[in-house]
Amino acid sequence: MAISEDKVAHVAGLAKLAFSKEELQKFTGQMDEIINMVQQLSDIDTTGVKVTTHITDSINTMREDVAVKGTERELLMKNVPEHQDGFIKVPAIIDENEEA
Amino acid sequence: MDYFANDLTSLHDLLVKKEISATDLTKETLAVINEREQKVDAFLSVDEEGALKQAAEVDKTGIDADNVLSGIPLGIKDNIVTKGLRTTAASKILEKFDPIYDATVIEKLKSAKAITIGKTNMDEFAMGGSTENSAFKLTKNAWDQTKVPGGSSGGSAAAVAAGEVIASLGSDTGGSIRQPASFNGIVGVKPTYGRVSRYGLIAFASSLDQIGPFTRTVKDNALLLNAISGADTRDFTSSKHEVPDFTKGIDSGVKGMRIAVPKEYLGEGVADDIKKAVKNAISVFEKLGAKVDEVSLPHSKYGVPVYYIIASSEASSNLQRFDGIRYGHRAQDVKNLEDVYVKSRSEGFGDEVKRRIMLGTFSLSAGTYDAFFKKAAQVRTLICQDFAHVFGKYDLILGPTTPTTAFGIGEDIKDPVTMYMNDILTIPVNLAGLPGMSLPAGYSKGLPVGLQLIANQFDETTMYRAGYAFEQATEFHKQIPMIGGQN
Repeated sequence: MAISEDKVAHVAGLAKLAFSKEELQKFTGQMDEIINMVQQLSDIDTTGVKVTTHITDSINTMREDVAVKGTERELLMKNVPEHQDGFIKVPAIIDENEEA
Repeated sequence: MDYFANDLTSLHDLLVKKEISATDLTKETLAVINEREQKVDAFLSVDEEGALKQAAEVDKTGIDADNVLSGIPLGIKDNIVTKGLRTTAASKILEKFDPIYDATVIEKLKSAKAITIGKTNMDEFAMGGSTENSAFKLTKNAWDQTKVPGGSSGGSAAAVAAGEVIASLGSDTGGSIRQPASFNGIVGVKPTYGRVSRYGLIAFASSLDQIGPFTRTVKDNALLLNAISGADTRDFTSSKHEVPDFTKGIDSGVKGMRIAVPKEYLGEGVADDIKKAVKNAISVFEKLGAKVDEVSLPHSKYGVPVYYIIASSEASSNLQRFDGIRYGHRAQDVKNLEDVYVKSRSEGFGDEVKRRIMLGTFSLSAGTYDAFFKKAAQVRTLICQDFAHVFGKYDLILGPTTPTTAFGIGEDIKDPVTMYMNDILTIPVNLAGLPGMSLPAGYSKGLPVGLQLIANQFDETTMYRAGYAFEQATEFHKQIPMIGGQN
């Protein structure tokens, strides 16, 4: 195996995803196959080869610094799942079961 | 309206001469959609009320004689945001999302007085090649309803192929316009990276994504690309390169054009019927006066692993924004903020999206970054260099779009070589930011075969010129699926 269930669980934590035990098993198997497939890249000698992370030829794109009207607050709230008095509502940031 | 008997130019003439109003055209289009949707299921939503309102406005202000899209109803892939019109990217996480702004391409279409008639089905967040990863419905191939329409822009392709609309927009990250165009026997173009603004395109992999047109003819495709191209201050990767009229000189032929056929594109895994169609295309181009040579793109075989790492890494970063706070699905029954993130995402995303987020997060994480992401980004450089080398000597690259014709709905591809090759023909074009086109080049057992033409960066004009010459010299684009009422 190129990747363990523990490692997949760790990655799921980083990605803010939760899996059941069965799902974790399934994903570990699938991730393992994909990782085996992509590992063929290690056969290629890339010594001194630059990375390509984008393909635009522009370096810095500048614009005039002028004030423009922003979006109406009411409109911005249109797709917010829960809001009150113009603010986005979220559950307690500190776990209710934890000691303050 | 019979879209099989018309193109954008002939429809425009009818509208200008007032032989049909935009309202009547929209009503007729809605009637055809209503009838054929029972077979293809290409649309996630049809905006009957909004489309008729837009059409009435066009009729009131008058058809713009200089603007070929004026009064024309178009289909839009559901990952392109449309103000006030539900946009889901075929994901449960955006099931109730009503955008408060238009994507730049939508603004451009609206200012050209085109009518957005509905949003088309796709693989969730454009991840997939069959549109089966949609959270909402299964779209069928216009030629055979037991086959997939391809993907991820399967709805946009099927809608045009079934004659529901004359044209539509899709997006292409690894082949998501060209592959469904090929499976549905129509013309699909992925423009050069930066040619079209990505503002308002729900991001999958930002260094690869491009919006592009689906049409039934090459010239219509060039006309639609004319309307959506250009620099945009809201997308700093959009290019300031001059946008030519892509139809200019489209009929000037291919005499003396130097065309390269990569030997890797006709290798193992490509079905015989596809090879036959491509070889026929080569002889057509030779008869038209082009010079065709075999070349090699030695690193193209690594395109798939490079793509999987880079696209998934970018996706894992882009999709972090779906956290259940500001928009999108928010899980109920949560105790704390961490719960909101984890439960909302776990409930909202489908399996394929989760797999790619996981692979991307893994590739970017400490300890694996160098061996995975950095390595893939280096091999991407080698793939770009392969193309640059070929374009030093040739004007155009030619090959198949897909290794097989459309596969069956629910059918797993058992042969790993074929599965591997499925994406290998389209992916390198995105990695190198090149423009690519798929156009009809044959039929096998009643299913369309697509020919892929690839040009150098910002040289869509050469690609359109070659595509047009091939189309005019052949009859493939004139075939109509049974769903069109004739064959």
